Amino acid sequence: MNANVAATAAVPEQVEGRSLWVDAWRTLRKNRAAIVAAAIIVAMTVLVIVGPWLSPYSYAFTDWGNASIGPSLSTGHLFGTDTLGRDLFVRTLYGGRISLLVGLVATVVSLLIGVAYGATAGYFGGRIDNVMMRIVDILYAMPFMFFVILLMVFFGRNILLIFVAIGAINWLDMARIVRGQTLSLKHKEFVEAAEALGVSTFALIRRHIVPNLLGVVAVYVTLTIPQVILVESFLSFLGLGVQEPMTSWGALVKEGAEEMESAPWMLLFPAVFLATTLFCFNFLGDGLRDALDPKDRG
Amino acid sequence: MLRYSLRRLLAAIPTLLVLIALAFFMMRLAPGGPFDQERSLPVEVEANLRAAYRLDEPLYLQFARYLGGVLRGDFGPSFHYRDFTVTELIATGFPVSFKLGATAILLALVVGVTAGSIAALRQNRVTDHAVMTVSMTGISIPNFVMAPILILVFAIYLRWLPAGWGGSLRNMVLPVIALALPQIAYISRLTRGSMIEVLRSNFIRTAKAQGLSTRTIVLKHALKPALLPVVSYLGPATAAVITGSVVIEQIFGVPGIGRFFVQGALNRDYTLVMGVVVFYGALIIAFNFLVDLAYAWLDPKVKYS
Repeated sequence: MNANVAATAAVPEQVEGRSLWVDAWRTLRKNRAAIVAAAIIVAMTVLVIVGPWLSPYSYAFTDWGNASIGPSLSTGHLFGTDTLGRDLFVRTLYGGRISLLVGLVATVVSLLIGVAYGATAGYFGGRIDNVMMRIVDILYAMPFMFFVILLMVFFGRNILLIFVAIGAINWLDMARIVRGQTLSLKHKEFVEAAEALGVSTFALIRRHIVPNLLGVVAVYVTLTIPQVILVESFLSFLGLGVQEPMTSWGALVKEGAEEMESAPWMLLFPAVFLATTLFCFNFLGDGLRDALDPKDRG
Repeated sequence: MLRYSLRRLLAAIPTLLVLIALAFFMMRLAPGGPFDQERSLPVEVEANLRAAYRLDEPLYLQFARYLGGVLRGDFGPSFHYRDFTVTELIATGFPVSFKLGATAILLALVVGVTAGSIAALRQNRVTDHAVMTVSMTGISIPNFVMAPILILVFAIYLRWLPAGWGGSLRNMVLPVIALALPQIAYISRLTRGSMIEVLRSNFIRTAKAQGLSTRTIVLKHALKPALLPVVSYLGPATAAVITGSVVIEQIFGVPGIGRFFVQGALNRDYTLVMGVVVFYGALIIAFNFLVDLAYAWLDPKVKYS
């Protein structure tokens, strides 16, 4: 770890220090499930971005002659169509764009709030920390899902609000983790050693505090994205997410659930895409945690 | 212990206040009111209605009045279901929601702890991998996806169980399973992790050296400490089951609180939605409190003062 930096300086021959990331990559590579999960996520991302361009249909085009038909190659509707004759392949991928985008943006929102809040509390400590963490405790006990539902109902279904609302409820864990990490890092021997060696505050933060925060944050981001996608699809399922004819996986699952007796493919394709994505993010997050957790270093 | 309980009870008060205040002011800031209809009401009628529901008073007075009411267990009249008070609506819906939720949590505990313990005992063998893969799948399939799939398979194709609601035990099976599955998945993963750790500890090695059977070791010695993380997860689990019940009740047509909430939100039934949020918030806070006490009682290392 970074504690080695100070030690290597004293050794005459320069020993190549293993950075956290090199180490983590080594561990992660051995975890086949996590690597497969990461590959699927990349493939899924490419597919939802490129896929809709490859299809002759647009997400809102209604093919009245072919409404509610099953998946078939001959009609060109690979996943079939919905009750309005819209191509389900394009809609599933298009919904994926929205779901992944919400997952990413809302996670970044929660990341920014959480890291800023947690780092401030952890860095200043004392009374400020006390008050800030009390506030987090109070907010923690809130049934936030209800508030997001209220927000969507009362202020309209707009995608910006979805980003902010979901991001704003997910920062609490991040704040707690970052605060704890900052607090403990401040008193670590290698930080004290660096201080004693006269490393400037800025260099100290850049070289020792931030890299050690990044690991935890990376793990947490990977685990937050599926949570956020889940919240968005939950809202869409209740009919409170993105607006027609735009769609997301949650909205598609809702439409599919209504027609599942007559057109089960409408439920199955979006459900499989949603579940696969969540599954892969969870697996990757688990793998990253194993790889980046310094406590588990063998 | 008593002092700790008191302090925790006192700490719950600001949480509840913030909860009520947030819900109250957010609702009032929102555009649109409970009397918006296709045809707008005559101005005088609407003014009368607003006066009758005391919506014409200054906001802070309304808030104070509402707080006072909540303290007496009075959530005010429903704006939409004109003949009912919110307290009455909650009282009719809650027993149904409670039956579903409590059954789901119990099921999740029993199945999750059993599966997790078995996986821990067979660590890195086929059984372990199977349990963990199934539970990761369980975590990754949201309950609003699982519910329609359960209906499709068990109600429509196999015709084993009813898809709707009738209040009987058979009606409860599918919604309870849909609610419990993600929790089973979480709890089995938690149990596995902590059980593996406990099984490695010295006192278990001693127990093994004494020649005790695996059964005795697990049930008598390992289970209690291994359950600690599960106990502390029960708070979030309850919150998740309550939130999940909103969609599950919608899908299965269960006449519980969850359905009132969604309908109330769509109808802009201010008091009903507020009532549900405050009621459920208080419930979650109270449950977290009980969980903390249970934790203190289970874990001899935790000394609260």
